[in-house]
Amino acid sequence: MTFKYALGALSAIGLALGAGTASADTLADVKAKGSVQCGVSQGLPGFSNQDDSGNWTGIDVDVCKAVAAAVFGDANAVKFTPLSAKERFTALSSGEVDILSRNTTWTMTRDTQLGLNFAGVNYYDGQGMMVPAGLGVTSALELDGASICTNTGTTTELNITDFFRANKMGFELVAFEKADEVVAAYDAGRCDVYTTDRSGLAAQRLKLADPAAHIVLPEVISKEPLGPVVRQGDDVWFNIVRWTLNAMINAEELGVTSGNAAAMASSDNPGIKRLLGTEGNFGEALGLSNDWAMQVISQVGNYGESYEAHVGANTPLKLNRSGSVNALWTNGGLIYAAPIR
Amino acid sequence: MASMTASETEDTGLTSLLYDPKARGLLFQILLLTAVVAFFAWILDNTITNLASQGKKSGFGFLGETSGFAILTTLGTFVMEARAGVATYFDVFWIGVINTLVISFFGIIAATLLGFLMGIFRLSNNVILRGFATFYVEILRNIPLLLQIFFWYFVVLRALPDKRASGISLGIFGEFPMNVTGLYIPYPLFLEGFSSVVWTFIAACVLAWTISWLAKKRQEATGRQFPSFWVGLLIITAIPLFAFYQMGGPLELEAAKFLNVGDPILDANGEPTGRTASKIKAGYIAGEGGVIKPEFIALWLALALYTAAFIAEIVRAGILAVPGGQTEAAKALGISPSITLRKVIIPQAMRVIIPPLTSQFLNLTKNSSLAIAIAYPDLVSIFAGTALNQVGQEIEMIFMMMMVYLIISLGTAAFMNWFNARMMLVER
Repeated sequence: MTFKYALGALSAIGLALGAGTASADTLADVKAKGSVQCGVSQGLPGFSNQDDSGNWTGIDVDVCKAVAAAVFGDANAVKFTPLSAKERFTALSSGEVDILSRNTTWTMTRDTQLGLNFAGVNYYDGQGMMVPAGLGVTSALELDGASICTNTGTTTELNITDFFRANKMGFELVAFEKADEVVAAYDAGRCDVYTTDRSGLAAQRLKLADPAAHIVLPEVISKEPLGPVVRQGDDVWFNIVRWTLNAMINAEELGVTSGNAAAMASSDNPGIKRLLGTEGNFGEALGLSNDWAMQVISQVGNYGESYEAHVGANTPLKLNRSGSVNALWTNGGLIYAAPIR
Repeated sequence: MASMTASETEDTGLTSLLYDPKARGLLFQILLLTAVVAFFAWILDNTITNLASQGKKSGFGFLGETSGFAILTTLGTFVMEARAGVATYFDVFWIGVINTLVISFFGIIAATLLGFLMGIFRLSNNVILRGFATFYVEILRNIPLLLQIFFWYFVVLRALPDKRASGISLGIFGEFPMNVTGLYIPYPLFLEGFSSVVWTFIAACVLAWTISWLAKKRQEATGRQFPSFWVGLLIITAIPLFAFYQMGGPLELEAAKFLNVGDPILDANGEPTGRTASKIKAGYIAGEGGVIKPEFIALWLALALYTAAFIAEIVRAGILAVPGGQTEAAKALGISPSITLRKVIIPQAMRVIIPPLTSQFLNLTKNSSLAIAIAYPDLVSIFAGTALNQVGQEIEMIFMMMMVYLIISLGTAAFMNWFNARMMLVER
C-alpha cells in the first residue's frame, strides 16, 4: 500500500525526531497529553473491537483502560489507534502509541531485538487451524498439499511453516494484510485452511457465511502468550503497565470485583488493603496515587470480570475459561501474578 | 538612476559584493546547503542515538540470516529457487523485487495496449465504440484503485470453480485449466536442438529487419513501395517453424495434472501406490506444469484496467492536439486515411503523449505496492511486511525499499526520455 510505505518512512523519520522525547519519560508525556494512546487491532472481537456505537471493547482494550484508570483515575482517558500486524511495532517504537495492547505474542526476538518489553501475559493462546467440515479432515497431519490463508507480519506465518516442514508436508501460504480479507478469501474457497491464534479463529469464524460448516482442528501448533507491550528503556512506564495487569489478576484472586471494591477497602485482609491502597505506599512507588488499583478495579474490573465480559462462555466467542490455561492458577490455570507487598 | 550609480561607486567592496547577483546567489546557495546538511546530520545523529538507547540492532547483517516463512509460489520464488527455512532475508528481498518488476512490466504492457485502443475509440465516429470508451474511462478512473483490486480479486475467486476440480478449461484444446487456485499453463521442456531453432529465429529477425531497411532506402530513392511488413512477418514465422519441424519438434509441453476424488495416487515413478485420492488430496498435483496465481491475475487486471483509463485520456488529448489542417493537407495530397493516421497524426501526437504516459507508467509501478491487500507477494508485502516484522529494522529495510522504487522509476523515466527524444520532430 503506497501510503503504508509512506507511513513506514514517516515512522522512520518520526523515530528519528520524536522517540528521544517519547521514550525517555512516557509517564510525564502521558500526563501532559491527558490521555493514554493505546495501539489496538483493526477489529478482533473479544480482544479489541469497536461496538455499534464506536466504543472500543475487549480484554486488550481493558488493559489500556486500566492503565488510564491507574494514571488519571479515569478509565476513559484513552485514545485508540487501530494498527495492522505489520505496523504495530513501528508505531510503538516511534512513540505514536504509549502501549501496544493488540493480541501480540511474546517471543524472544521481539523482546531482545525489536527494542520492546512485554509487560506480562493477559491471554495464553496457541495457533490453531480451521477447515471446512466438508473436507473430511480430522487432523492437521492430513493437510499435505493444502492452501493456507493467514495474516502477514505475524508469528503465525513462521509457526505454520515450521509445522509443515517438521512433518514433511507441502503447502501453499497465502498471506493477506488484513484479517477481513483472510476471512473473505477463505470463505470464497481460495484456501483449505485458515490459521491464526485459536482465540482469533473463534472470533473470525463469526464473520463466515456459515460458521457451523467449519471445524477447528485439535492440534495446537504453537505457544502464543499474548500481552501488552511497551518501549524498552523506560522502566517507570513498564512497571506501571506490568503492575496494572498484576493488580487486575491479584484482585480476582483476592475476590475484589468492580462491585465490591469500595466496600473491600475496609477489609481486614492485609493483602486486599495493600492492593486497594489503604495500607502501604505502593501507588506512590509507581509514581501514581495510592488508590491506583482501587480506580482500576472499580472502573474496569478484575481480570476474571474482563475475561467473562468479552471472551468467556457467555460471549459469542464462547472461550470457556474453566479447565483452560487461562484459568486462575488456583484453579489449575496459568494466570498468576506476583504479589503486591 | 544617476544617483544610484553614484552611491554604488562610493560603497566598499563588501557591499558591492552583496549587490552582485552572482555573489548573492552563491551566498544563499551555500547557506541553504549548510542548513540542509546540518538538518540531515542532526536527524542521523538523533536516529543513531535513539536506536542505541532502545537497544535495537542496526546495520545490514540481517540480510544473511535465514528467514523462516513460506512465500506464495510466484516468478520470484521460482527464479530464486526459494524454499521455506532455507531462503535468507536477501533472497526474500530479491523475490519481492522480481515480483514487483513482473507485475509492473505486464501491467504496463496491458495498460498501454488497452489505453491506446480506448483513446482511439473515444474519437471514433462509431457511436457505440465512442460511448463504450467514454463509459469505460469515466467509471474506471473515478473508483479508488484499492476497491478495484478487491473487486477483481473476489470476482476472480467467486467466479472460478472449486480447487478440487481442474475447473474451466481455456485455450483451443483446453490446455489452460483454471480453478480458484490459479490458471495452469503447460511448462515448456526444451529438448536437444531447440537452441538451433532460437538461432534461426534470431537470423530471421535480422533478415526481416534488413529487408525493411532496404525497402525504406529504395522508397526514399525511387518512391516505389514494398510490403515489407507482411514479408517480414512471413519470414519471422515461416523460417523458424520450418527449422522447428526439421529438428523433429524439440519442445515438449508438460501439462498440469489434476486428481479427482477417488483417482489412484501414483508415486514418483508413475507406479500406482494402491491408495486413492481423498478430498484433501484431490486437485492440482504439485510439481508439474506451471501456475499463475489468482492474486497475480486480479492485481494485473486491476492495475491495467485502472491505468488504461488514464492512458486513454492522454492518447485522446495527444491526437486532438494535432491541428486539423494536418489531416486536411494529407487528404489534399491524396494520402489514404490509414496512412494519414500512421504517418501524419500519430508521430505528431506521440510528442504530446509520451511525457504524461511516463508518469502513468511510474504510477502503475508504485501502485503495485497495493498488492499486499490481496496477498500477492510483492516487495512491500513480503519485505516491508513479513520480513520487517521478523527483523524489526525499519530504517534499513524501508531505505532499501525506497531505493528499489527509486531505481525502477528512474530507469523507466530514463527509457521513456530516450524514447521521447527519438520521437521528437526532427527540425530541419
